[in-house]
Amino acid sequence: MKTLLSLRVNGEERDVFAAAHKTLLEVLREDLNLTGTKHGCELGECGTCTVLVDGEPVLSCLALPVECQGREIKTVEGMALGGQLHPLQQAFAELGAAQCGYCTPGILLTAEALLVENPTPTRDEVKHALAGNLCRCTGYTKILDAVELAALRIKGARA
Amino acid sequence: MKKGNFTVVGQSLPKIDAWAKVVGETRYTDDLLMSRMAHGKLLRSPHPHALIKRIDTARARALPGVYAVITGHDLPRVKFGILPVSQDEEALCVEKVRMVGDAVAAVAAVDEETAERATLLIEVEYEPLRPLMSIEDSLAHPEVRIHEYGDGPNVHKAVALQFGDVEAALASADLVREDVFFFEGNTHLPMEQHSAVAQWGADGKLTLWSSTQTPHYVHRLLSKILQVPQAHVRVVAAPVGGGFGGKLDPFAHEIAACKLSQLTGRPVKITLTREEVFYVHRGRHPVLMWIKTGFTKDGAITGMHFRSWLDGGAYGSYGVASTFYTGALQTVTYKIPVYKFEGARVFTNKPPCGPKRGHGTPQPRFAMECQIDKAAEQLGLDPADMRRRNLAEPFVKTANHLTVTTIGLGECIDRVVEASGWREKRGNLPPGKGIGIACSSYLTGAGTAIYWNDMPHTGVVVRADRSGLVAVLCGATDIGQGSDSILAYLVAEVLGIEPKDIRVHPADTDLTPVDLGSYSSRVTLMAGNAVIQAAERLRAKIFEAVARKLEVTADRLVAEDRRVFVDGDSDRGVSFAQAVVLAESLFGVLAFPGSYAPPKRAGKYKGGGVGPSPCYSYSACVVEVDVDRETGEVKPTEVWIAHDVGRALNPLLVEGQVEGSIYMGLGEALMEEQVFRKGVHKIPSMLEYKSPTTLETPEIHTILVESDDPEGPFGAKEAGQGPLLPVIPAVANAVCDAVGVRIDETPITPEKVIKALEARRQGQPARVGPERLPVFRFPEARVVESAFGEPAERIAERPFAS
Repeated sequence: MKTLLSLRVNGEERDVFAAAHKTLLEVLREDLNLTGTKHGCELGECGTCTVLVDGEPVLSCLALPVECQGREIKTVEGMALGGQLHPLQQAFAELGAAQCGYCTPGILLTAEALLVENPTPTRDEVKHALAGNLCRCTGYTKILDAVELAALRIKGARA
Repeated sequence: MKKGNFTVVGQSLPKIDAWAKVVGETRYTDDLLMSRMAHGKLLRSPHPHALIKRIDTARARALPGVYAVITGHDLPRVKFGILPVSQDEEALCVEKVRMVGDAVAAVAAVDEETAERATLLIEVEYEPLRPLMSIEDSLAHPEVRIHEYGDGPNVHKAVALQFGDVEAALASADLVREDVFFFEGNTHLPMEQHSAVAQWGADGKLTLWSSTQTPHYVHRLLSKILQVPQAHVRVVAAPVGGGFGGKLDPFAHEIAACKLSQLTGRPVKITLTREEVFYVHRGRHPVLMWIKTGFTKDGAITGMHFRSWLDGGAYGSYGVASTFYTGALQTVTYKIPVYKFEGARVFTNKPPCGPKRGHGTPQPRFAMECQIDKAAEQLGLDPADMRRRNLAEPFVKTANHLTVTTIGLGECIDRVVEASGWREKRGNLPPGKGIGIACSSYLTGAGTAIYWNDMPHTGVVVRADRSGLVAVLCGATDIGQGSDSILAYLVAEVLGIEPKDIRVHPADTDLTPVDLGSYSSRVTLMAGNAVIQAAERLRAKIFEAVARKLEVTADRLVAEDRRVFVDGDSDRGVSFAQAVVLAESLFGVLAFPGSYAPPKRAGKYKGGGVGPSPCYSYSACVVEVDVDRETGEVKPTEVWIAHDVGRALNPLLVEGQVEGSIYMGLGEALMEEQVFRKGVHKIPSMLEYKSPTTLETPEIHTILVESDDPEGPFGAKEAGQGPLLPVIPAVANAVCDAVGVRIDETPITPEKVIKALEARRQGQPARVGPERLPVFRFPEARVVESAFGEPAERIAERPFAS
């Protein structure tokens, strides 16, 4: 059974006619062609498919789009505004925090939510925030470094 | 490049593909969408060992939305395998399944859900056979045969090599230790599930996009399997979302997608589920090991005898190479004058094992480095000093005829001992805390190809034109390690331009020269040497043209800051783009090849082809742990590693490889295991297959040591695999320092620590590890003279060098 969904994704209104049981992950990737959101397990275990819904990290493989109507959905494609990279994206690129890059979108969005809530996290707080996002390439070190650098830059830009 | 100075090399630059990756622009295989594309699914066996009596696909075909259903009868009856000596796989099994997860049929449908529903409508009648689930089981039941080939009933490969008189060397030792170890199997767990998109065009030509580390081998094998000329097959390697060795074989889903595309006239995509990835596997072999080593009073090794039994799983895969690798690299770290190796790989009804980061060498490294610690304790020597005093010599041959060039291991040990505070901490930490050390070495590229030939192992074309753009075409695949970026840095260095001025094209068998693939830590060295050769050929033509224009000799010119000018007189010159115009005007199209094949240094004995490498990287690692004596939990608190990378072409990327290796090594040491119950994977999910998260990964201190190897591009050696090796034994040695128990098998779980502590309390040996060895007769050893200490040429002669 298909249903008409009205979603607000990355600031744009998008109407989608999709099967009601499709997950948010599937609708984003398959119906809206937003393939920046990746899948690692489709069981809510690896954090790869994380997107933001009203600013909160959500595992899109477990979310139903019906429940996201009227809410603000943000994917990695929505992080860079007007061609200007988010400080997290800039820091991840500069510090080698993305190796294969497959877990990167989910980690970037989880980190963005953290920095909104806590602009000056300790390294331990960053570790806790990212504990649900698996990365098999980096050993996390450069990811933690990059989040810290981005936090400093955001703070510097505000000051 | 300034004469004698580097401008790009040695800089911590972002990867050239970093920007695309952080904005979600990178298109992995599953991100490819094509018009009219069908979605495919495989039906897999629920039995570990069974005959296929009947397959009926009628109901599946009748399901609306299904385009095609195939079984093995629809494919040419050709068995295949990655190694020429192990052609034992079928994409879709016809007569027999050998593991849970063997594919027996495939469906293409309008969407994934319909395809999956169709697979459930396929009726397969199986006649179950006795499954063989362990090495002992397979050896005890020769009447049950998993395959009809091999070196004995259910024995895939058995080897025995001897270099010198090991018995005499052991007899002359002050201390002889015999120890038994077990290394549990584990899997790569790349974040990206394997995916393939096939398009068999109306012109009869096939294109496959795949998340593969070896487009060239897939290209060769698709031609064989599907019986189409190689010239009509094109394989494009999409960006790979993590490989670690798990995407090195040709896979059923790739082959099925091709056939389904041919039958439907549509592009067909098949993406595996996470559970399927666990069954596809090809990961770390479970290996049981026996090691007998003679030591002198001061810790020198007089000789070593090493035996390994590998639980291979249901198919050959890279297993013959894996078997040799469990015995190949013991000799390159410390002086071992005589050496004997016996190894056997046994078939079992489980997913096949193959190459995972370190391919066949982390297991023996664990055994050897733990045994060295045990010997040090018995001899009353400091484990770091004992290792330091007995280092292998540079530029000599080992007992098993491997040529070693530079060795930075001494400096590595010194640096980690210093940085970790080893001298103050060892034996002095509070109860429950401990510190351990281990060392290792790894190949920088396999010295031989997997199929015999005299052609280059890698080729590149560097092309420039009047736009000023330089394009690099190479068949190597960037699997996240940054190999494309390395090629760009090297070209930028030679031509005096910026990495941004260079575009590196992904592997595409129609367009890029052959590279054998991203495995054995070969790309930086091999493709790196080839791309330097090509860029220097281009530069020579550019210099010739600019020299004529400026009326100077070409040897006075330098390329730097995007300009070509007279050395010492930077005003006398032209921009790089103008220089290219001058050269293109004079010589026509500017496209120059570079080729590389390793020096031919394989030992002249059967099996001598596994182990040789242009040069070897070295690592020393110190791990500090906190062991909870109540729960048995081992928490690594800090890791120091020094890695001899020859030269860090980009320190940021080298550190990334080292940190990733440490992380993966800690996972293998403490939690990761690929285990089965009656042939069914016990934990085929990312939640239950435990791997370290941010919370389990400690602070890692990386020290890069540069030994400037004459074989490497600007002196570089590998970084992606070697640093994993010492981590696992260093953890085991630290646990022993912390609580005085020896865990001689991986993973070092809380249960095992508790069990060992309990054994000690009861006055039994404070050890958990294998208690017995299989009953097995190795073949008569091939006896070869030890080459230990023979001098090696400083710079080897290699094909295509001029």
